[in-house]
Amino acid sequence: MSRNARIRLFWAAAVVFAVVYALACTGLPRFGTRVHPYATRAVAASLRQHTANVVSSVNFDQRALDTLGEESILFASVLGTIVLLRHARDERVGRPRAGRVLPSTRLLGLVLVPVTLLTGVYIVAHGQLSPGGGFQGGVILATGLHMAYVAADYRVLKRIRPLAVLDVADALGAGAFTALGLAGLIAGGAYLQNVLPLGTFGQLSSGGLVPVLNAAVGVEVGSGVIVLLASFLDQAVEVRSANNPGPGGRT
Amino acid sequence: MTVLPFLTAGWIFLAGVYGLVTSRNIIQAVGCLAVAQSSTYVLLLTVGYRRGGIAPYFTDTPLRTRTVDPVVQALALTDIVVGATVTALLLALAMQIRKRHGTVDPDALTGLKG
Repeated sequence: MSRNARIRLFWAAAVVFAVVYALACTGLPRFGTRVHPYATRAVAASLRQHTANVVSSVNFDQRALDTLGEESILFASVLGTIVLLRHARDERVGRPRAGRVLPSTRLLGLVLVPVTLLTGVYIVAHGQLSPGGGFQGGVILATGLHMAYVAADYRVLKRIRPLAVLDVADALGAGAFTALGLAGLIAGGAYLQNVLPLGTFGQLSSGGLVPVLNAAVGVEVGSGVIVLLASFLDQAVEVRSANNPGPGGRT
Repeated sequence: MTVLPFLTAGWIFLAGVYGLVTSRNIIQAVGCLAVAQSSTYVLLLTVGYRRGGIAPYFTDTPLRTRTVDPVVQALALTDIVVGATVTALLLALAMQIRKRHGTVDPDALTGLKG
């Protein structure tokens, strides 16, 4: 299809969509309405299960099976990216040169890396109590590690990043979620049912299976994002193809 | 205007799709797909908003406090995670296309290559 025809087709479809969507919007419940049947039930169920953070309760207890699908997508796309970005036969690996970093940046990085990693662990561990959880905390853990890339250079990042271990950790995190679901079956309930003791409301150990699943997801997301960024950084900094020879990129 | 927040989501979606249709660069198209997808976050959070509601967690708030809808927030979280990883996968594909075909213009990709 030619470019002009494509754009004309888009405008025709866009007008139809806009009209139908606007009509549909007028039929929706009003914005900011007080009556939310799902919210009321989800909050009640979350309090019954001693989970203070309702979003975590929905994700890891009430709709845990959906979250299993979600983290499977995450795992599959990390796997797909690694396969897509593997080194081809005509590519060779260059040696990245050291970049120049201001001493103040280096000092700030040195201070912030442990602080960020600790924040990540906190967000994962308190997922059942305060805003956060495995997904958010995992991303913070991964970005915390990459502060070493900003504050120092690629070679330092490579040294503190045990990629082989993280590959395995990613798979183990994904597998642990699936395996933890079996606990419900063993206890005589349903798959992914919350069977652990629920604990005291508002305590770190509350929520039963929720904090355990959060930890599994935190490990998976953290290592998954690091592995993902590693394959992209590798392409940008190290790989030199036949039509783009060079001694390796600057970090 | 209580329909305006819903219409905003539709407008963001159309802006993203327009970018997808017109873009001459695959990486830009991936960005436009992310924009189109972000309209669902706006739509979900709009559906779940309750006037005077607080964030749905009860660590240090009384149990009877009115909160916004936690179900759609959980859906938005799912959406963000899936969106980010799919974007990464598409960008990896774009890199391979650049390597194999030497171009990132979708219109220039005509022939199949083994």
